[in-house]
Amino acid sequence: MPTELLEFEEPIGVLLKEIEALSMLPRTAERERSIDSLRRRADDIRGQIYANLTPWQRVLVARHPSRPNTLDYVERLFTNFDELHGDRRFADDHAIVAGAADYKGEPVVVIGHQKGRDTKQKIFRNFGYARPEGYRKALRVMLFANKFSRPIVVFIDTPAAYPGMESEERGVAEAIAFNLREMSMLEVPILVVVCGEGGSGGALGIAIGDRVLMQEFAVYSVIPPEGCAAILWRDANRKVEAAEALKITAPDMLALGLIDAIVPEPRGGAHNDYDAATALVDQALTQALDEVSEMSIETRLNLRYDKFRRMGTEGQAFVDVQSDTASS
Amino acid sequence: MAWFKKVRKPIEPPADKASRVPEGLWVKCPSCAQILYNKDLTASLNVCPKCAHHFRINATDRLRMLFDGEWQEHDAGLTSTDPLHFHDTKPYRDRLETSINATGLQEAIICATGRLHGTEVSLAALEYGFIGGTLNAAVGEKITRAIERALDRQLPVIIVSCSGGARMQEGALSLMQMAKVSAALARLDRARLPYISVLTDPTTGGVTASFAMLGDVNIAEPKALIGFAGPRVIEQTIRQKLPEGFQRSEFLLEHGMLDLVIDRREMKDAIGRLLRFGMVRRTSAAAPVDADAVPRPTPETVPPVS
Ligand SMILES: [Zn+2]
Repeated sequence: MPTELLEFEEPIGVLLKEIEALSMLPRTAERERSIDSLRRRADDIRGQIYANLTPWQRVLVARHPSRPNTLDYVERLFTNFDELHGDRRFADDHAIVAGAADYKGEPVVVIGHQKGRDTKQKIFRNFGYARPEGYRKALRVMLFANKFSRPIVVFIDTPAAYPGMESEERGVAEAIAFNLREMSMLEVPILVVVCGEGGSGGALGIAIGDRVLMQEFAVYSVIPPEGCAAILWRDANRKVEAAEALKITAPDMLALGLIDAIVPEPRGGAHNDYDAATALVDQALTQALDEVSEMSIETRLNLRYDKFRRMGTEGQAFVDVQSDTASS
Repeated sequence: MAWFKKVRKPIEPPADKASRVPEGLWVKCPSCAQILYNKDLTASLNVCPKCAHHFRINATDRLRMLFDGEWQEHDAGLTSTDPLHFHDTKPYRDRLETSINATGLQEAIICATGRLHGTEVSLAALEYGFIGGTLNAAVGEKITRAIERALDRQLPVIIVSCSGGARMQEGALSLMQMAKVSAALARLDRARLPYISVLTDPTTGGVTASFAMLGDVNIAEPKALIGFAGPRVIEQTIRQKLPEGFQRSEFLLEHGMLDLVIDRREMKDAIGRLLRFGMVRRTSAAAPVDADAVPRPTPETVPPVS
């Protein structure tokens, strides 16, 4: 699947051009061998590059225009998808899709951010920036799942909640806050896959789960690196350093205890092989769903609470420098 | 959509002289220019007696204003370990040090229990003078413990927000505190214990998008800046100036996001009335009774658990 190459993939680009040039010439056994060997080299180099990505390069991969998105996974992993629209309050937000579908023959609810690929789609999807009605639609559909004891699968891929006037007017903060509270109490299994950009509150607002899985090259951050650089370094161009400092990569998130597992991606990233990427997500989802479905509701809710309760623990993120109770 | 470009927001909010209570004998009100005697201003809870401008107050003054008398502080020693070893133009450790020295607090919040019009409450007040009152792992932990303490002891919760949102220097650890605190509030909600959220100037970002908006009753002080995205970020998105009063308390009230906008001088009484509403079910239906006057079961009178 030829996709646009990122800047740091230039060495692969050189080889791909050579292969292309050779392919134009009349075929000989020797040329075929050269092409094969060039392909293998390109593959090796791709593997090396992707094994050593910097945090900022991972941001670029996570934002790659060809990276498989929620609807790509819906198409490949689920059957009988019926999209359910609207928050029954104000509108249907196209930046979040939600619906009923079958996963391995069992009914589930699927929800996810949707960024859009071509210009027209991007505008239709508001570049994946959800408004309050997106979060309210998501919760409405989750309650639908809860009512009928169906699991919920969520895909996370958003730069942020939409920072526009209407978002504030209609209470985007309240919409996210309410989801955080209510998702912690939904009785059914909730599986979250961070598949692209986990953009702060805009991501978290639908990302409370029994298992939070993160694809190898996805990122999850409290603020976009550019925004952090602009505020703390007063220079948005320091985004590379900010990306490093914020610890936004999947290995960082796992080490910090903020996600449950990393879903590996095919060599060269999910955009390089949709089917292989889907198979890896499938495997992780199946395992997680099996584990979480076996639990009683009470156990599941307690474990979900405890999981988030432990994020930022004594010793790891803070210490107590004095004993309790200093009275006024 | 590079809405983050050209943000010129300084790291620590500029010593916002307009809103802070200045030292000295005389103070000029930034809103009406009235010259005020500092002691008079303190007596009116740092609200201008002439025009009702609300000066920003610190967390300790907030506790003093809401509690009947003494209070017991909890988890005062919790302090950040700089878990990401964060370093921007200067080390995060230095910023912490500066804030600890400036405020006398170990973190950007005070959590305490005490009585408000006779009702024992679990109260948390964010301290804006400590890295903009931002939410990090320690602050999230302290709030969560304050809520869990309330659950254990069947107390109402009051959180007074004054915050720039999640603290960047602790990355996604800060972000996840929104989930952690909100989950604790879900348990409080299901236990039917009252939670009153008090929003003061400013309350933005991840704090608004979690506990500040989850009160059974959300009360704001007048003209407080309350929002999710910062005004500058929104202006960059829409490429125009925001109208006067956008994201102020009165705007949120008009848009249905707040129950009440209340003058600081009326705040304690209003909270007291709402607590009585929220707690009446578990005490007697009659007038409030001093808890100490209620006979407690002695060990002998407690029926054995079967
Ligand atoms: Zn005045």
